Amino acid sequence: MLDLSAVGQYYGDHQVLHDITLTVPDGQLLCVVGPSGCGKSTLLRTIAGLLPAREGTVTIDDTPVTGVPDRLAVVFQDYGRSLLPWLTVRDNVALPLRRRGLGRAERRTEADRILDRVGLSGTARRHPWQLSGGMQQRVAIARALVCRPTLLLMDEPFGSLDAQTREDLEDLLLEVHRTDGTTIVFVTHDIDESVYVGDRVVVLTPGPASKIALDLPVRLPGERDQIATRGLPEFVALRAQVGRAVRGQFR
Amino acid sequence: MAHPALLRWFVLVLAVGAWEVAARAHGSVYFPPPARIARHVHDLWFSGPVRHAFLTSAAVDDILPSLGRLTAGFLLAAVAGIALGIAIGRSRRAYALCNPVLQFARAVPPPALVPVFVVVFAFGTPMQIASIAFSAVWPVLINTAAGALNTDPLRLDVAAVLRLNGAERLWFLVLPSALPRIFAGLRLSLSLSLILMVFSELLPGTANGIGFTLTDAQSRSDLLTVWAALVLLGVLGYLLNTALLAVEGRLLSSGKAR
Repeated sequence: MLDLSAVGQYYGDHQVLHDITLTVPDGQLLCVVGPSGCGKSTLLRTIAGLLPAREGTVTIDDTPVTGVPDRLAVVFQDYGRSLLPWLTVRDNVALPLRRRGLGRAERRTEADRILDRVGLSGTARRHPWQLSGGMQQRVAIARALVCRPTLLLMDEPFGSLDAQTREDLEDLLLEVHRTDGTTIVFVTHDIDESVYVGDRVVVLTPGPASKIALDLPVRLPGERDQIATRGLPEFVALRAQVGRAVRGQFR
Repeated sequence: MAHPALLRWFVLVLAVGAWEVAARAHGSVYFPPPARIARHVHDLWFSGPVRHAFLTSAAVDDILPSLGRLTAGFLLAAVAGIALGIAIGRSRRAYALCNPVLQFARAVPPPALVPVFVVVFAFGTPMQIASIAFSAVWPVLINTAAGALNTDPLRLDVAAVLRLNGAERLWFLVLPSALPRIFAGLRLSLSLSLILMVFSELLPGTANGIGFTLTDAQSRSDLLTVWAALVLLGVLGYLLNTALLAVEGRLLSSGKAR
């Protein structure tokens, strides 16, 4: 369980986040939405232990986050920079396995297994820059999943991809979430996307000193499907509610 | 349009041809035609027996010691420069503190330091290697530090999230990020090494080397050998730079679009 209690964050004297209190139960897929510059990424960096909280506390299973927690993985938006271009796809994916004390052969097997799972069989020996944007982000997802994380943080992971690729990756994410039961915090500025992938959507107010404007459970009938789900009246209503909150219109 | 490589050689051939014609027309003893210089280079150094790879004993006595000093000095400079550069470039504060010192050290014309090394090491090979290494270290050091400092901050976040240890961070992240700058520094250092190699061999107390051949021939008014040594130095510099570029090309090709 991920717990944020009265978290405040600053850049110098400039307050970015104010009084963020949030509990994410195990296995939930939480989407954080807000206009650009509202501190979504700062929130994610705080949870990841990359940025110590100036105010309040972050705990995972009652352990305060002081550094990067164990069994946490992050997928960044900019796959081009987050993957290492001088390593092959397989070596990129196997990189986090080094600290698990696995031998070279085991690391390779694990990396290839996870590459298969994200639909990248046969790309292991290529370099990231030889792949399309969508495939590169799949590599980044494979690298995040290879250590079987219990908490997965994603910072606008599909923001720079075209619509078709984005939908494919949303469905890949939902499949991973369904089978592994990983807790996921998914940051996006795309209102549709947040309602489509999320179990719950949290909207932040525009900065400075963003706080939580709306905390909304997403209950949609049946398994999600790009065409059918987006046409449901429940989906349309939720999207309108989130959209109004993002624009700062509360009722 | 002709191939650019062909065009480059064409200009060289044209320049040498013009030199040949002008030198023959003038007939000056100070400026022998290139064909004679080339024949002299061949006679002096490359007309040896097959089992010595055509090297004459003069070549073994002149070229090999020079190359040895150059290699030793350059390698020392490269290793020390990369190691210190990475150490300084990993922290913004260390870089800020060291930068004025580095800029000062780089600004001193390297040959001016040779007298200092003569005093410290006396004449001979250790002094020559020290002169080369101490002069050539600055470009690699400064470029490596700048390259390491500019490691993408997002990649440092990635390294933190993947919980890479210090050595892994260095090997998988900082060093490859700095590699293009390291090679820019190495190319500068290599040409400095060549300059210092010749300069340190011009001093008294040297008994062999290309620089020694140069001063020795000059004292005997053997202008043909002086020219031959100059040509040899030019070719050597060109070949060494080409070799370094080949190494760079191999190492950097896998990290395209970094």
